Amino acid sequence: MTYDNEVSISMSARSQNEAFARVAAAAFVAPFDPLLNDLTDIKTAVSEAVTNAIIHGYENKEGIVFITFRSYVNEIFITVTDEGVGIEDLEQAMTPLYTSKPELERSGMGFTVMEAFMDHVEVTSAPGRGTTVEMRKAIARQGLKSDFECLFTGLGGTGER
Amino acid sequence: MENGAKAVDVMLLERNKNLIVKIIGDIDQHNAEEIREKVDKTFERSRCRHMIFDFSGVAFMDSSGIGLLIGRYKNVRNRGGTVAIANMNRDLGRIYNISGLKKIIGSFDTLDQAEKQVENRARA
Repeated sequence: MTYDNEVSISMSARSQNEAFARVAAAAFVAPFDPLLNDLTDIKTAVSEAVTNAIIHGYENKEGIVFITFRSYVNEIFITVTDEGVGIEDLEQAMTPLYTSKPELERSGMGFTVMEAFMDHVEVTSAPGRGTTVEMRKAIARQGLKSDFECLFTGLGGTGER
Repeated sequence: MENGAKAVDVMLLERNKNLIVKIIGDIDQHNAEEIREKVDKTFERSRCRHMIFDFSGVAFMDSSGIGLLIGRYKNVRNRGGTVAIANMNRDLGRIYNISGLKKIIGSFDTLDQAEKQVENRARA
């Protein structure tokens, strides 16, 4: 598949970079003039995936987290990859409220949030070889919404903005 | 200790039997640890029974915030108190709703409302 745009980032697996990843996600999506809800959803999902890579993938030790943002028309594709310990039991890891690190006060909601906020989430992992989270979401544009409303209300539907 | 700029501010105020926790910044895993340490230290030393989070300065929260709130809820319950949230930004509503948190921690439009609710519950 050929994408319209692509940006890749590799960052140290340090928790202070979670904020950087969110801001990068917002910057990538901004030209699409997204609704605030969609923007928040994408930032949250990226934050969850990157946090998982840092605290579970690399267990708070050194490592590199790779993030790729891609777009095609109005759809955003995000991949978050770590080369950490991997996940032994994927089904268990993705169960709502399950956490392997209760001592860190993890809520066990990371994958649940990603799945709720994105259109599609796919996780591939192998013990000892790391984890990749692929997510995608079609975003509604604010501009498109107002055109759409003009069309169907029939009021002032000149197409001018 | 991590290097880098300070990413979150936590202001703590004891009023009546309430510990009011005002957070300014994003709540993610990185900041949650700092918030937890500060809140727990003050709550342990204080004679407060309840805890109210003022979220007027929080523009972003991920599931680390859910873990943070549930953890504080457990501590406060051990003292027989309750926890409430005030001034939560609408953007945080979705994560608050899907987490099921609202069943145990109420969210109120203003700090004043949250304080009243906590007092009423304590009396009941």
